[in-house]
Amino acid sequence: MLRYALKRLASLIVSLAVASVVIFLVVEVAPGDPASFMLGINARPDTVAALRAELGLDASPLQRYLAWVGGMLTGDFGTSYTYRTPVSEMIGDRLWISLPLAIYALTLSTLIAFPAGILAASRRGSPRDIGVMAATQLGVAIPNFWFAMLLVLLFAINLRWFSAGGFPGWDNPFQAMKALTLPAIALALPQAAILARVMRSALIDILSEDFIRTARAKGLTRGQALRRHGLRNALIPVLTIIGLQFSFLLAGAIIIEQVFFLPGLGRLIFQSITQRDLIVVESVVMLLVFAVILVNFLVDLAYAAVDPRLRTRA
Amino acid sequence: MSRNLLIGGALTALFVAATLLSFFWTPGDVEALDIARRLRPPGAENLLGTDHFGRDILSMIMVGARTSIAVALVAVGIGMGLGVPLGLAAAANSGGWLDEVISRLSDLIFAFPSLVIAILITAVFGAGAINAIIAIGIFNIPVFARLTRGAALSLWKREFIMAARVSGKSRARISAEHILPNVANLLIVQGTIQFSLGILAEAALSYVGLGAQPPVPSWGRMLADAQTMVALAPHVAIIPGLAIVFMVLGLNLLGDGLRDALDPRLKVMRT
Repeated sequence: MLRYALKRLASLIVSLAVASVVIFLVVEVAPGDPASFMLGINARPDTVAALRAELGLDASPLQRYLAWVGGMLTGDFGTSYTYRTPVSEMIGDRLWISLPLAIYALTLSTLIAFPAGILAASRRGSPRDIGVMAATQLGVAIPNFWFAMLLVLLFAINLRWFSAGGFPGWDNPFQAMKALTLPAIALALPQAAILARVMRSALIDILSEDFIRTARAKGLTRGQALRRHGLRNALIPVLTIIGLQFSFLLAGAIIIEQVFFLPGLGRLIFQSITQRDLIVVESVVMLLVFAVILVNFLVDLAYAAVDPRLRTRA
Repeated sequence: MSRNLLIGGALTALFVAATLLSFFWTPGDVEALDIARRLRPPGAENLLGTDHFGRDILSMIMVGARTSIAVALVAVGIGMGLGVPLGLAAAANSGGWLDEVISRLSDLIFAFPSLVIAILITAVFGAGAINAIIAIGIFNIPVFARLTRGAALSLWKREFIMAARVSGKSRARISAEHILPNVANLLIVQGTIQFSLGILAEAALSYVGLGAQPPVPSWGRMLADAQTMVALAPHVAIIPGLAIVFMVLGLNLLGDGLRDALDPRLKVMRT
C-alpha cells in the first residue's frame, strides 16, 4: 500500500509540475502587456517601463516562472496587478463562495443519485427503471446554466421564494445557504443524472454475482441483499465518478456563478481576464487544477485501500 | 431498429436538415434589426417569436446551429484525427516507451478540469469559434487515444492479428489494415457522444462570451442575451435552451441506439 501511495504521489507531483508549466506558458504568450493596459494608451514609455520593473515583468520568463511556483509553494500567490492586494487574499475571499457551492452541489447530487440509481437497479426493466433512465437522459442533455435560468424564472421571478442572484455574505448562514440553493440545484442536476446511471449499472453488475445469489439463498430478500452486500461493492465505481465529478463541479461553478452574479472564483477569473490581471488568472486556474488533481489522488488512494487488487496495477 | 436509434436519428436528422436549409432559406433575416417587433411571443408570423432586436428566433436557431455543429464536429475531428493514431501506436508498441508516454500524457490531460482550461485558452487567445474548437478538441484527444488503445490491445492478442504478423506485415500496417476497421464501431459511438458533449461545451463557452462573437448567432450567446429579459419575455430564454436539449438528447439517443445496433458489448466512456 505504501509503495502504491508513493507511486501515486510521484505522479501527482509530475502532474502538478507539468500543469504549472502549461498554465504559465499559455498566459505567457497572451497578447497584451499588463503594464501598458493598466496605464492606458496615453502612458509614456518610461512610465510603462517603470511599472513593468515594479511588477517584476522585466525579468526573464524562467525567473518569473520560478518566482511564481516558489511563491505558491510558500503560500504566496503574488500580488494582483490591478488591485495591488495579495492574490491569496482575493482567492481566500472568493473561495468561501465557490467551495461551499461545489460541496453543496455534490451533496445534493449524491442525495438525488443514490436513491434514483438504487430504485432503477432494484427493478430492472420496470416502469420505475424506465422512468429514472429517461430522467437521466434528459438530465445529461440540459445545460446547467440554462437550467439555472429556468430556476430563476420559476422560483425567483414567479414564485419569489429565492432571490435571483447576489450573495449576502456568511454573517447570516441561513441567508447565505439560501442564496446558494438555486445555484447548487442547477449545478447538481447533470451530475446527479450521470451518477444515477453509474450507480444503476454498478448495482446491476453486482446483483448478478454469485455472492448475491448466496445471500438470497440463505433467506435475504432482494432488497436486503442489495442493501447489505450490493451497495457496498457498488460504491467503488461510484466513488471514482464522484471524484471525477468534482472537476466538473468546479468548472460548472465558474459558469453558474455568472448566472447568479455570485462573487466566487469564477467571477474573479472573468474579471481578471478582462483587466489583464494575469497573475490572478494564473494562480486561480492553478489552484483549481491542484484541487482536481488532489481529489483524484485521494480517490485513487481510497480506492486502493478498499480494493487491494488495485494496488498491484497502475 | 430500436426506439433509441429511431428517436435519436430523427432528432439529429431534423437539426442537420434545418442547419443545411439555413444556408438557402430562413423564415426571417438574422441580420436585420427591427426594434418595433421586439420580444414578440411565438405566433403565426414568427413561429418561435422574436428576440430583443426583433429578429426571428427560429431563424436565429437555424443559423446558430451551424456554429454549434461546426465547432463540435471539428472538435471531434481533432480528437479522432490525433487520438486514434496515438492510441493505435500505443497499442502496437504496448509496454514500450511510446506507449508509456502516450498513456501518461492522456492521463495528465484527463486530470485537468477541461472547461477551466478551455476558458483559459479562449480568454488568453481571444474569444471566437476557432479557439473554442481548439479548446474543446484538445480534450477529445485523450478520450479517443485511451479508447482506441484499450480496444486495440485486446485485438493484438487475437489469432487473425498473429496470422498477419506471421505473414510479415509491419505493426503500422496491421494497425491500419486490421485493427482500425475493428475498432471503427466503437469510434463511431464514442464520436457521437463527444459530439453531444461538444455542443454543450460550445454553448457554455459562448454563454460566458468566449465562443462565437456577434453578429454570428450561437445558442449560448442567445441565452446570455436573454438572461436580462427572462422576466419580460420568457420565450427568448426558453427556446434556445430547448434547441440545445433536443440536439444533445438526439445525439445521445443516437449514440446509445448505434451502440445497441452495432455491438451492445461496446464499452464507451461517459462522464
